[in-house]
Amino acid sequence: MTHNSLPRPDTGSGQNRGPDALPDHGVVKPDHGVAETVIEARHLGVTFAADRQQTVALTGVDLAIREGEFVSLIGPSGCGKTTLLRLIADLEQATTGTLLVNGVAPEQARKQRAYGYVFQAPALYPWRNVERNVMLPLEVMGLPRAERQARAARVLDLVGLAAFRRRFPWQLSGGMQQRASIARALSFEPNLLLMDEPFGALDEITRDGLTLHLHQLWRRTGLTAMFVTHSVPEAVFLSTRIVVMSSHPGRIVAVIESTLPRERDLDVRETPEYLAVAHAVRAALREGHRDG
Amino acid sequence: MGKVAPVLVVLVILTTLWYGAALAMNWDQAQTLADDDAGWTDVATAALTLERPLLPTPDQVVGEMIRGVFGYNVVSSRSLLFHAGVTAWAASLGFMVALIAGMTLAIGIVHIRTLDRALMPWLIVSQAVPVLAIAPMVVVVLGNIGLTGVTPKALIAGWLSFFPITTGMVKGLRSSDPMRRDLLRTYSATGTQVFMKLRWPDSMAFLFPAMKVAAPLALVGAIVAELPTGAQAGLGARLLTGSYYGHTPQIWAALFMAAILAMLAVAAVDGAQALLVRARGGRL
Ligand SMILES: Nc1ncnc2c1ncn2[C@@H]1O[C@H](COP(=O)(O)OP(=O)(O)OP(=O)(O)O)[C@@H](O)[C@H]1O
Ligand SMILES: [Mg+2]
Repeated sequence: MTHNSLPRPDTGSGQNRGPDALPDHGVVKPDHGVAETVIEARHLGVTFAADRQQTVALTGVDLAIREGEFVSLIGPSGCGKTTLLRLIADLEQATTGTLLVNGVAPEQARKQRAYGYVFQAPALYPWRNVERNVMLPLEVMGLPRAERQARAARVLDLVGLAAFRRRFPWQLSGGMQQRASIARALSFEPNLLLMDEPFGALDEITRDGLTLHLHQLWRRTGLTAMFVTHSVPEAVFLSTRIVVMSSHPGRIVAVIESTLPRERDLDVRETPEYLAVAHAVRAALREGHRDG
Repeated sequence: MGKVAPVLVVLVILTTLWYGAALAMNWDQAQTLADDDAGWTDVATAALTLERPLLPTPDQVVGEMIRGVFGYNVVSSRSLLFHAGVTAWAASLGFMVALIAGMTLAIGIVHIRTLDRALMPWLIVSQAVPVLAIAPMVVVVLGNIGLTGVTPKALIAGWLSFFPITTGMVKGLRSSDPMRRDLLRTYSATGTQVFMKLRWPDSMAFLFPAMKVAAPLALVGAIVAELPTGAQAGLGARLLTGSYYGHTPQIWAALFMAAILAMLAVAAVDGAQALLVRARGGRL
């Protein structure tokens, strides 16, 4: 396994991310101790204005996510989950409040290539085959060819697409396309992974498999993850914390700490703790729905 | 077979209509030339075999083409192939000019907002100028400042054909899916990288249809630039001398040769597109 750290422009701007902090080095973050705050939102709000019509997509979002956490966002359609992720990714600008990513403004964090983003749709490049799609970020970041190929092979193996690396996106099923886009986000080993309903288009079995994969990846690398989903079981299985949101206006209605151990397998879904957390999430969702 | 049959049917209909038209249009001239006691079949035969008919028959045109293509050495100025080659060369150079100018303009327009506003009206005006009408004058003017030979022809061909390339490329360079653009933003890709990895590949789907429009236009430009009296060679010159001497089969042969060149040009664009499609795994 290679240990090259990626060239990141603008590093050294006051944050302690040495090469050791990069994921996939077999370093598992301890569950205790002072973890860095990766995301810090205070009174964050976004209002979209279009044709004299104002949409309050998010309001009063207070959230702090520490290094190594796995945080799920769950809530009804249109409650601002994507918007929150896009704010963190510096793809959208907040209208009120403050937001820090890795202790710096989102724009700076983006320029440091602090995160990998999996969009709600695969967003593959149709003229590139799967392998070259996965290598896209590595090309942009200027990795040598051999390293690009090695990394692409590794992540494609991880998502079970090794045999399809020469296929073009339109020759893949929707689920395979989404897996390719996950592989692409993993390829440059970011230590913050923002995922917008990555498993939305997958069948149950594949979904379970990938969920487990994702959990193991998170365990192994100690990366920080934000994960948007509509599925309560998925959220409960994966998360250390679950953020329940509600719409009109988009806001956080509850943040539920998981009582499950960090190390999990699919059997955990039969345990009383799991059922209790799931119950709490469902109750919060219902509560938010009534208010909204 | 299912494709060939309709084409053949249309061909037969057109040829029949053409013979009919030739008969009607050449009748008077044939009658004047014919003996007084000639029957109508004699007049009809004469009408279809005149040396300087108003409208030559298909067989006359085909005969003229065969003679023009195979009858002479290709370097001879009597060879139709020679003239076709001269025109094709000028049109190709003009097409290159159009490609380079069209793409450069499009890249500028897409990347520099003020260029979009400042340039577009002028480009539209440039296309409103009846180049076809003033081409001879342009050639003369360019000749006066020392631009002779193939250069003025290529410039007019380029002038006539760059606009579809520009508009096609502008649209293509702007056609990228917002999510795919956002993706590159998350990698904090540079403007050049966004261009090379997303915008340029996206524009190909618009460039090729634009080239299919532009290629025949470049040919028209080259022919028109050959019309001025100075031109000695090229299909335009053939058209001119043909009409000067009233040798209509020659005009029609040159016209048909131009049509063949246009089809070859479009086929060349199609071929290039097929190569790209293959490199892209089967889709443009
Ligand atoms: N660019 C935009 N302009 C105007 N309104 C927007 C824009 N983007 C999002 N919105 C609005 O903001 C709200 C939140 O949208 P968002 O996409 O964040 O929802 P979501 O929680 O991700 O929903 P889903 O689960 O359906 O993906 C919606 O009401 C949406 O209409
Ligand atoms: Mg969404």
